[in-house]
Amino acid sequence: MKILVCISHVPDTTSKINFTDGDTKFDTNGVQFVINPNDEFGLTRAMWFKEKQGASVTVVNVGGPETEPTLRKALAIGADEAIRVNTAATDGFTVAKQLASVIENGGYDLVIAGRESIDYNGGMVPGMIAGLTQANFVNNCIGLEVDGSSAKAIREIDGGKETISTTLPLVIGGQKGLVEESDLRIPNMRGIMMARKKPLTVAEPVDAIAQTTSVTFEKPAPKGAVTLVAPDNLDELVNLLHNEAKVI
Amino acid sequence: MSVLVYTESEQGVFKKAAFEVASYAKAVASDLGTTVTAVSINANDTSALAAYGVDKVLNVKNDALNSFNANAFAQVIKQAAEQENAQVVVVSSSADSKYLAPLLSVSLNAGYASNVIAKPESTSPFKVKRTAFTNKAFEITEINSEIKIVGVSNNAFGLVESSGSASAEDFSPAIPELGVSVESVDKATDKVSIADAEIVVSGGRGLKGPENWGMVEELADVLGAATACSKPVSDLGWRPHSEHVGQTGKPVASNLYIAIGISGAIQHLAGINASKVKVVINTDPEAPFFKAADYGVVGDAFEVVPALIEKLKAFKAQQ
Ligand SMILES: Cc1cc2nc3c(=O)[nH]c(=O)nc-3n(C[C@H](O)[C@H](O)[C@H](O)COP(=O)(O)OP(=O)(O)OC[C@H]3O[C@@H](n4cnc5c(N)ncnc54)[C@H](O)[C@@H]3O)c2cc1C
Ligand SMILES: Nc1ncnc2c1ncn2[C@@H]1O[C@H](COP(=O)(O)O)[C@@H](O)[C@H]1O
Repeated sequence: MKILVCISHVPDTTSKINFTDGDTKFDTNGVQFVINPNDEFGLTRAMWFKEKQGASVTVVNVGGPETEPTLRKALAIGADEAIRVNTAATDGFTVAKQLASVIENGGYDLVIAGRESIDYNGGMVPGMIAGLTQANFVNNCIGLEVDGSSAKAIREIDGGKETISTTLPLVIGGQKGLVEESDLRIPNMRGIMMARKKPLTVAEPVDAIAQTTSVTFEKPAPKGAVTLVAPDNLDELVNLLHNEAKVI
Repeated sequence: MSVLVYTESEQGVFKKAAFEVASYAKAVASDLGTTVTAVSINANDTSALAAYGVDKVLNVKNDALNSFNANAFAQVIKQAAEQENAQVVVVSSSADSKYLAPLLSVSLNAGYASNVIAKPESTSPFKVKRTAFTNKAFEITEINSEIKIVGVSNNAFGLVESSGSASAEDFSPAIPELGVSVESVDKATDKVSIADAEIVVSGGRGLKGPENWGMVEELADVLGAATACSKPVSDLGWRPHSEHVGQTGKPVASNLYIAIGISGAIQHLAGINASKVKVVINTDPEAPFFKAADYGVVGDAFEVVPALIEKLKAFKAQQ
């Protein structure tokens, strides 16, 4: 089985979010970038398929040279090879177009992407690549088994989960649950050394027309001070929630 | 020309989000000077939609669509959009709508903006405001394609009633091969889901152990709320992963969020900040959550929560 894991390169969850150029660009100054958490769960599940079922694992990112350390980290965790499509990831659709082209050229059976990226929260790339490559698609995937060309997946739904049967080629939008938090791997020295020798191919982009443009960013208005209620005066809390906030 | 809205139902009954997206579609249609068509799949009675601005309902009844299938539902909406010559298609932020929207986007060749929180800032060019960086910021996005898909955040726009009537017609679209089939569903029917909830009651590590969640559930019961938890609580196995909220868990956009024994780490706050009113109960007055909350009680959850339950019961009894 050939697996492609899509890796989005995102600011660390503790990052302060600021913008530059008249609030049109994300300010990367002092920001540490990491593998998108949902993709880290997916990559870990891919390593399981590699170790238990002999799958090969390629990781891919659509982005500039600055994303290569993130791809190297994925190689250090155990992926076999990496591809970087050399273009800025500005719109979900154009990213999906690039990835669809990588998938068509590489003939991957299983594409593991994340439910969403924690930067722009588009939540669209996996579904779009499934649509573009005519593959089956399971979103919010919290469990996946593959046997030959059939797959069983668990999808989280609002208020529960459902078990799905499907076939390869398959694209999933993965998230926590696909593997446990405790299964996540930190690259060790040997992994980091080996990653240096693994292939990282730079591919040129295909033509794609963006469907959306990011115009400007805003930060939420600063929050007013909290209203404190004494623990022995909870009638007041009920009163405030009912009469002031009007939420109960 | 029209605005098409996908009004979701469950077991034949519209979800609240269906009325919210209908209200949103109406606002967009007014700006564009056009009408709203809803596409309804296996709802028993579509008459309630008129009160939220729907002019026409395309009523799909098909047993092949009894369980949700993203590809099939996307194809139904696509055919409806083509028949109605839709310029804008409005969907919700439910797990199902977020699943089908990117598939619909590809097949309609329509740009899609998710997590939209307000009616378009302008319709030409078509600009919408959405949340980004997991609620740490807002982004104004322009959709450039001819047809636009807008995914509206839960509880962001609210319900807007309008007077009028809706015509209804049967709609029988072609259904594609399913590709994925649902074998079983495991869903608690007696509980409110975080996605649908107007009130969420959430517990953190301050509650010490899973055996102490009885009072959290009771508080949620009194309020008709969903229960949630912080990440370590689900990592420790005190509560299921499906309750984990925050930047790497589920987003929460409820009207009221009550945090009990949660410190308010940046990743937690990012995921719940879209909630309108936040209440924190914590023994530590220095807990960062107090900076993000509207109302706070500095106190021991094991005393405050049972007392609050009693006060709320008395309040509900009076209503
Ligand atoms: C990559 C990454 C992603 C993350 N994503 C998320 C996420 O999505 N969601 C999330 O929640 N976290 C996330 N975290 C974890 C986050 O950083 C915090 O560790 C976590 O939110 C803390 O959970 P907590 O508030 O329950 O526990 P603690 O920080 O241990 O806080 C417990 C609180 O309970 C209070 N307390 C103690 N006893 C009582 C009592 N008797 N009554 C009342 N209060 C009491 C304490 O004063 C304290 O403030 C993430 C971390 C990382 C590194
Ligand atoms: N630039 C990118 N390169 C590779 N994969 C991406 C990129 N952007 C998004 N993805 C994948 O698509 C998922 C969802 O991203 P998004 O639709 O942007 O929220 C991510 O978790 C990744 O798996």
